[in-house]
Amino acid sequence: MQAVQSRFNYLFRSTKGLILVAIALISLVTVVWGMLSGPLKEWGISDVAVQLYGMRLVEAEREGRIILLYHTIAMAVVAIETYLITALVRMKPQQQANINATITIGYITSMIFGLAFGYFGHNYVFHGLFITGQALVFFAGLQLAAALWPWRAEYHVTDPEYAHTKGGVDVERIAFFAMAVATLGSALFGAVPGSLWGRGQEAFLAENIIRIPVKTPLQLAVIGHLHIMLALIAVALTLILSRWFDFKGRLHKIAMPLMIVGTLIITAGVWAVVPFERIAHVIINAGAFPVLVASWLLVYFGWRKIVRARLAAQNIDRPGFGKKLAALLHDPLKFGMLWQLIFMNFVVTAVGIFMAIRLDKTIRMWPLREEQIALTGHWHILAGIIATIILLLYADMAGLRGRARQWFGWIVIIAADTAFAAVSLFETKRLFVGEASQGRLVDAVMLVADAGLALTLAVLAALMVWRLVDLFRRNGRWAKESTEASLEAPPTEVAP
Amino acid sequence: MKDDRRRMTDDRQRTTGSRQWIIAVILLTLTSASTLLTGCTAPVTTAALANVETGVDSAAWAKVPAGEFVLGQHEDKGMVEKPYEIMFTDATNAQYACYLNEALAKGTVKIQGDQIIGYYPGDPFHGHKHEKEIKAGDWLHVPLNDPSLRLTFDGKTFGVKPGYENHPMTLVTWFGAKAYCDFHGWRLPSEVEWEKAARGTDNRPFPWGHEIELNNANLYASRDPFELLAGKQGDTTPVGFYNGKTYDGYQTANSRSPYGLYDMAGNVWQWTADLQEGIHDRWLRGGSKDNYGYNLRIWEHNSARPDYASPGVGFRCAR
Repeated sequence: MQAVQSRFNYLFRSTKGLILVAIALISLVTVVWGMLSGPLKEWGISDVAVQLYGMRLVEAEREGRIILLYHTIAMAVVAIETYLITALVRMKPQQQANINATITIGYITSMIFGLAFGYFGHNYVFHGLFITGQALVFFAGLQLAAALWPWRAEYHVTDPEYAHTKGGVDVERIAFFAMAVATLGSALFGAVPGSLWGRGQEAFLAENIIRIPVKTPLQLAVIGHLHIMLALIAVALTLILSRWFDFKGRLHKIAMPLMIVGTLIITAGVWAVVPFERIAHVIINAGAFPVLVASWLLVYFGWRKIVRARLAAQNIDRPGFGKKLAALLHDPLKFGMLWQLIFMNFVVTAVGIFMAIRLDKTIRMWPLREEQIALTGHWHILAGIIATIILLLYADMAGLRGRARQWFGWIVIIAADTAFAAVSLFETKRLFVGEASQGRLVDAVMLVADAGLALTLAVLAALMVWRLVDLFRRNGRWAKESTEASLEAPPTEVAP
Repeated sequence: MKDDRRRMTDDRQRTTGSRQWIIAVILLTLTSASTLLTGCTAPVTTAALANVETGVDSAAWAKVPAGEFVLGQHEDKGMVEKPYEIMFTDATNAQYACYLNEALAKGTVKIQGDQIIGYYPGDPFHGHKHEKEIKAGDWLHVPLNDPSLRLTFDGKTFGVKPGYENHPMTLVTWFGAKAYCDFHGWRLPSEVEWEKAARGTDNRPFPWGHEIELNNANLYASRDPFELLAGKQGDTTPVGFYNGKTYDGYQTANSRSPYGLYDMAGNVWQWTADLQEGIHDRWLRGGSKDNYGYNLRIWEHNSARPDYASPGVGFRCAR
């Protein structure tokens, strides 16, 4: 009994345990629900899976089911980010415990009952519990925003290397606070149309209404909601990485105000979609730029830190470019988290800007279906990149070492990024190949994308098995991790 | 000394490990690049499956009564005011080639370069965001230089590539589809007419019922005989192919709609007549060989500019 209780305490009370549970649950959902689409559907496995699990799928409800699925996974990702924030940003232990407990109950309730409602018949009690779970996640967000309040004297900056106001207020903390408040408001932005579901507001996927010339305010709010939530999840993760790499100094003082300004402008732009749709995109783009610049500054700082640490460990005083590069690439986990922020610019930002600029000249010249593919590919890649950063971060904090660290890190980076690049090619294929000649190209990019994602999921499964096996050890890693209240990034690994 | 040797061994192992990594990355990159670069090739034809007779009369018409029906995904109330007839199948290559020969003789269409064009009086223009003006003038009906075109043209007469006579006419723009129907005194069906013809009066998501199997329709990765020959991207199937018959061992399901129409899901998207204020696009219905099953649901929409031509788009007429 003691053994069970100690493991329960680890999994549901320690930061690393809570993150492990959330990643494991997302993995489980990915395994089960991944069978319903993509290559597994083509191979007929989805039909077997539906029968095996006893799912009841009605064709007309596909969009609603997908919305439930996205929300359950998104809630778990928000929970992971919240655990990281409560561990990395100073707050009272009781606040940390309250926030973590609330959000854990919230996202798990939401996940279990949301999926049960969507895929296993429509028990409306389950739907109510799904909403209750989301309400708890929102309540945890309110607590988090309160805990992050930056103007308490006890949280003033004591080290002048960190960005601060003249009065000593921690500017990075303001960035976290702004992100949390923006997220709460943006959640409501989606919750209001959601609450009118069935009362004039029908379930729809945003990509299905892009060619409707006049959209209702509720439709615009839903489109705005999904865009801003993903953007804010990315902003939160960038701030988490700032803490993880102990971002400070001159660049920190430039980056953090940019993060705050950018976050607020993007959020205002998205909220403006309902009354001022015509100019909303301009505002959003204006806000996205400072956030991007801030992320580049973080990457520069982080990579320089990795290189310096490695070279110092090797006692190399005057390194050439090759040595510096080798030092940078030495630790794929730390390098990879930041590399993914850069790679995102190639496969998400650049493609998105190109689409926006060429909308009338190129994208709207394509049939609706092609534009839908481009849009869904675009944001699936962004979600995928966020997931890989979280995976690399978790592997780093879990203390993956030696060859396992190298294999895990490089497979995630190479396999996932190859897949994302292939999807980018797929979504923009009409720019360079006609329908008549696309056959082998499409088959090839789909194969590469599927193979890359399968490999990424395989190493994720290996990571989960490793942690599962560890739980059966009396004094495994979990025992040590269960006593850690706050997180600290392990130093850049030096080869054994 | 011992430590030095161990360090040298470790260094060697690390160097070997790094080399293996570099080689692996180079191989992966080269494999991906070569796969992608060989991807842009000419379309594969399935002419080997020539003259598959389905026994379905592509000149036949189905009668659809006036009245209410279940419209759209959210089961709204739809209404068709007058009874109408709609073609049992999509217009075929043979029918379209025959029409082109007559229309060319009468001068309602003309050849300009490698295009068949014809006059269209233009759309009302509202200057809405993203709306393009469709002005009066000659517009593209069929591009003659597209390798996936199943028609032949010797400078005077149109014909059909052998084996594709009873496949749906594709690479036809909305202008070309409308011109065909107008020429015969018919018209393109409105969206509402198209949907009622596909669905009947109940809430079924597919023309044949509530479930979709791979042998119900020509869809992506459906492993039909034409797809097995042409590759995963597939090819069109003859109109009325999914009628319950067995073709050389391939058993199809009978996928007629309640009013007896074939191919109202899959094979090719179908142009409809409706114009919508604020957007120049025309709506396409039914899904195609390039789509997954969910795109074949009756309420699914695609849309495109009226001068868009695709190997996955065809039409049928109403009257």
